[in-house]
Amino acid sequence: MSEITREQVEHLAGLARIALTPDEIDKLTGELGHIVDSIAKVSEVANADVPATSHPIPLSNVFRDDVVGETLTQEQALAGAPEHDGTRFKVSAILGEEQ
Amino acid sequence: MTDLIHLSAADLASKLQSREVSSVEATKAHLDRIAGVDGDVHAFLHVNAGALATAKSIDERRAAGETLGELAGVPIAVKDVLCTIGMPSTSGSKILEGWIPPYDATAVAKVRAAGLVPLGKTNMDEFAMGSSTEFSAYGPTHNPWNLDRIPGGSGGGSAAAVAAFEAPLALGSDTGGSIRQPGAVTGTVGVKPTYGSVSRYGAIALASSLDQIGPVSRTVLDSALLHDVIKGHDPRDSTSLRDEWPSFADAARAGLAPGSLQGVKVGIVRELNGDGFQAGVKARFADAVALLTAAGAEIVEVSAPSFEYAISAYYLILPAEASSNLAKFDSVRFGLRVTPEGGGTVEQVMAATREQGFGPEVKRRIILGTYALSAGYYDAYYGSAQKVRTLVQRDFSRLFDEVDVLISPSAPTTAFPIGEKIDDPLAMYLNDLTTIPANLAGIPGLSLPMGLADEDGLPTGIQLMAPAREDARLYTYGAALEQLFESTWGHTLISKAPSLSVSEQSAATEGVV
Repeated sequence: MSEITREQVEHLAGLARIALTPDEIDKLTGELGHIVDSIAKVSEVANADVPATSHPIPLSNVFRDDVVGETLTQEQALAGAPEHDGTRFKVSAILGEEQ
Repeated sequence: MTDLIHLSAADLASKLQSREVSSVEATKAHLDRIAGVDGDVHAFLHVNAGALATAKSIDERRAAGETLGELAGVPIAVKDVLCTIGMPSTSGSKILEGWIPPYDATAVAKVRAAGLVPLGKTNMDEFAMGSSTEFSAYGPTHNPWNLDRIPGGSGGGSAAAVAAFEAPLALGSDTGGSIRQPGAVTGTVGVKPTYGSVSRYGAIALASSLDQIGPVSRTVLDSALLHDVIKGHDPRDSTSLRDEWPSFADAARAGLAPGSLQGVKVGIVRELNGDGFQAGVKARFADAVALLTAAGAEIVEVSAPSFEYAISAYYLILPAEASSNLAKFDSVRFGLRVTPEGGGTVEQVMAATREQGFGPEVKRRIILGTYALSAGYYDAYYGSAQKVRTLVQRDFSRLFDEVDVLISPSAPTTAFPIGEKIDDPLAMYLNDLTTIPANLAGIPGLSLPMGLADEDGLPTGIQLMAPAREDARLYTYGAALEQLFESTWGHTLISKAPSLSVSEQSAATEGVV
């Protein structure tokens, strides 16, 4: 059930936005297969009558008053950016030529 | 003044309060120690150039008669996972190299407000993914007990800093054992608080439903004192609990009273002391059980069948959450940007940045998490793992109906040689076998030194676990057990750590103020 193929790893790397090298894809294909095989046992005890837990100590309706809080200044928010124009983050083209 | 570095935080604090010692003297002694030994230990990624100035201002405030916190003037090391104004915060990753956050993590802000003096940032596995600190992008930290061995992980830097007397206290983070397992292998104390006891605001998130900030120290009382500083509700963390917490320092001091273990029901978890455990770890654990029995504790062996599946569930839930949390490292708002040759779209820049900025373990877990969350696999993997989480919680809840506290070894082995498991992810993952169940259930856990293993002379640790919100129990029984060990041995465990050779760089911090 956990047969991981090279093509799958390539696809996952694309989804995760990591430009893996061919060597890394080869290595990860083997490693992921081993890891997934060893952790797939979770399904052995996960019966339909067991509810899922997403949070260790559930809280509900965590609200705050709708008032202006302390926020970063524009200068602080841009301070760590790789590139900005003083008021906005700068990035390269969103669309490629083929798009 | 070298004696200052060997004091516990509590003892140093009382000397500061009585003005027998100044914070400048205490801080300088620790900076000199860092300059002298950290070339070999490499616990620190950054040393705070403003530490002496901060210490000086604490001394001035004290001299002016201001009422200060109990730990005011005591130096502290901060794990690099926590955001700090004025100090780089990299989480051990190249993707954040040199990044200085515009805000403090709440735990750091509380530590500063209490007058503690940040000495610098400590090394860690990249984004806290690892059990040995070997996955730091800035090179491994070395265990002060044997420089060829790992200091545990991910918080190996904080544990090694405390074990090497470079700091009396440190802040850590524990997602699957990253405070407790380094504590065990470095002969120090570390606590993972109840989930939500300490704010996660400003902690660079690994797995948000598992992460918890906590104290690292050489004594149980010192961890309690630090936990008292950082605990409490924070409106900036919506998972933070609104509980009124008791004084953990008082809880630890209560443990020192005679008879404090009399009649305490202690459960030994069968699944957390199995065949794969190192002989020396099992032997020291048996000694600990005998000591507890002699002190009047009632020992029962208990079973938690779901724990067999806990590690598998953890290595699905953690990568799934991490793959989402680490999506923020996209080369746009902070951190590294790598533009492919000839340029590219923002997506291509993102992919090139993440390829270069992330190390091998981070890539492995992001891909694994992306897989576990993919359509078609979600129910079988992530969904099943969440059900295991329910079973783990049910097991704990059932056991805590019978016993006051659960115990196990904190780690299955002593510190292993650097490089031994770096190419074997599955072997590395097993290091957290004993610590992971507490994270899945959100309950608190404490590790304290349990003695040296016969075969290698390296430290072992014992873990105490209590029900959620019952952190005070860990401090009471932990302090009692620590006292019991030390009166049996006739010394503290850390006093048996080899003295490190001190290099001549000590003069480097002369005249900084």
